[in-house]
Amino acid sequence: MPLTNSHQNIIDPYIKIGPDDSLPAEGALLVTLAVWQDHWERLMRRQELIGVQLTSDEHPEIISDDIDQLDLIALEFPTFRDGRAYSYARLIRERYGFTGELRAVGDVLLEQLHYMERVGFNSFEVLSNDPATDFEIAANDFTVWYQTSGDQRRTATMLRQGKKNHG
Amino acid sequence: MYRYDEFDQTLINERAEQFRRQSARRLDGDINEDQFKPLRLMNGLYLQLHAYMLRVNVPYGCLSAHQLRRLAHIARRYDKGFGHFTTRQNIQFNWISLTDTPDIMTELAEVDMNTIQSSGNCVRNITADHYAGRARDEIEDPRVWCELLRQYSVLHPEFSYLPRKFKLALTGSPHDRAAVAVHDIGLRLHHDNQGRPGFEVIVGGGQGRTPVIGKTIRQWIEPRHVISYVEAILRVYNLYGRRDNIFKARIKILVNAIGIDKFRKLVDTEWEQIRDTGLQVSNTEFERINAHFLPPDYENLADQGDELAAKRTREPAFDAWMRSNVTGHKVPGYAIVNISLKAPGRIPGDISADKMEHVAALADQFSFGELRVNHRQNLTFVDVRQIDLYLLWEQLVALELATANIGLASDIIACPGLDYCALANARSIPIAQDISLHFANSGKLQQVGNLTINISGCMNACGHHHVGNIGILGVNKRGKEYFQLTLGGSADEHASLGIRLGRGLPRAEVPGAIERIVDTYLTIRQATETFLQTYRRIGIEPFREAVYGPVNVSRRVA
Repeated sequence: MPLTNSHQNIIDPYIKIGPDDSLPAEGALLVTLAVWQDHWERLMRRQELIGVQLTSDEHPEIISDDIDQLDLIALEFPTFRDGRAYSYARLIRERYGFTGELRAVGDVLLEQLHYMERVGFNSFEVLSNDPATDFEIAANDFTVWYQTSGDQRRTATMLRQGKKNHG
Repeated sequence: MYRYDEFDQTLINERAEQFRRQSARRLDGDINEDQFKPLRLMNGLYLQLHAYMLRVNVPYGCLSAHQLRRLAHIARRYDKGFGHFTTRQNIQFNWISLTDTPDIMTELAEVDMNTIQSSGNCVRNITADHYAGRARDEIEDPRVWCELLRQYSVLHPEFSYLPRKFKLALTGSPHDRAAVAVHDIGLRLHHDNQGRPGFEVIVGGGQGRTPVIGKTIRQWIEPRHVISYVEAILRVYNLYGRRDNIFKARIKILVNAIGIDKFRKLVDTEWEQIRDTGLQVSNTEFERINAHFLPPDYENLADQGDELAAKRTREPAFDAWMRSNVTGHKVPGYAIVNISLKAPGRIPGDISADKMEHVAALADQFSFGELRVNHRQNLTFVDVRQIDLYLLWEQLVALELATANIGLASDIIACPGLDYCALANARSIPIAQDISLHFANSGKLQQVGNLTINISGCMNACGHHHVGNIGILGVNKRGKEYFQLTLGGSADEHASLGIRLGRGLPRAEVPGAIERIVDTYLTIRQATETFLQTYRRIGIEPFREAVYGPVNVSRRVA
């Protein structure tokens, strides 16, 4: 699946590992929660990049103690209508303090990229020939935001206040 | 009322432009209807039986004369010359083309209006007491909080894909005119025992297939924390609300499934984490918004006594209108005036473009250029000088907008029903027309007094039938329309859900059944009892018997 961060199209360095796959000796791995839990000690010892992918039924609190060990957390959108991962993303960033790559995977639509970026996602798997261009379009639709959220953008209220303070 | 500043304006303009690009991609075939559907729904554009319908937000029912003129223009230029006010204090246009929609959004943005989130599984238009800021019994004006919550919810990145739609309503009066108990969140401003203002938070109310009276999750919360508390509720709902079945996805199902105590615990745990963050409402922001809601320049007037009384004596029609449509104002010498959109035989909530313009002119002349849309699908002038009441009434009579029936049996709520709606099972509008004409001809309207009749064309309950004193639900049985009656519903501070009276009736039998119910009430009421009071005293049986005949003796024994 084509992948982009907030600047450019990227080649995914991670190998996806499900419960039926054997663990390769080398390489960056993106594992399911079951694999993470089953092979926790072995995976923690590896020096290479490691990520966990969660379904929308899997609350990230389960991995909150391991956050510092992870390079990537991928959250699945089983359908674009399932908005749980927006809340998960905020918890992962703002409450559990994750600073690595937070990836949106699954049914990810162009129009949602902006919301996803606002709650803390910084990479996106999009069914598109050029996801970076999609992101560029979606991210520039708006220049004003009412809400505080994971991306630290200044809200309309903060901008009003700043304007007042600086004449 | 709230006016956009440069930041609000920029956001609304950008949203209109975004939709212009999205609809161009749809018209060019770059995206298909399945992909376009969620985009248009988030902008209030529905595909109905015959055309697109566009729902325009009227935030907490506040509308300026200037905005109403723009709505009239839109009705005339892009629709068939009329609009329809809804139970969410919004206006719908029923005959819209997709190609015109971006232009309509731009025209709305020019007058501080939008269609954002008037549909979709997100926070919908926030509703409020239509007498907010003016009612004599009001404790605090909720409109500043309505506006803060409006801004908070618009394009919220986390809560735009909730399990299902989400509706908030606010009131600042002990007498609930905003039906807060049948909303996903109802907020009621009141004072604690030390006289400090705060919100009672009610959660998990709703109508639809599974009607539920909301439960109090918190008796009192400081107003500055209300947004963080709402966020905590939304986050718990977003995470734990059901997504496997859209008929079980509203927050009321979650609250009922785990119980209010467990739900409260989840919310409070979440709230503790966020209550002291940037979600707290600062005094600066409160004051900035409050400045938009300062009272107009009232004159120093006394209440009109003798002169008004003399006119009422001389003119019985004026007296009837005064009794039902006019109510007290917190400022001496002023009154609140309701304009009924329920003339006998007309479509509840419908108004022509011409009449919109006339009403706008009257609002300029008599009520500081502002008006309210109320959830019973009528309009309200909230600042009329009492010395102007007679003159205003005469002008309303000339416009055929002086129907004296606010709160009476012909002030019927009705959804658009099968005449427009793709979800409906039965037509609501003709039933409303039949009943209102029936009451107009019977002359019993004033005698019957306060009585709410609410009609929904399907179990989604957009016509609020569960909380009508008499509710009417359209159903389809083997291709034929039938109407089920419920009795005893109420949407006020003593909210209750109606009880089913019996088997569904064909359309032709509905007005007669209503008549027998009302006659039964008139026969057995005591002193000044309203219909609802009588019903609550004696129960449903006499009414059931009046409609379906005496209960079979053998059945009674069994």
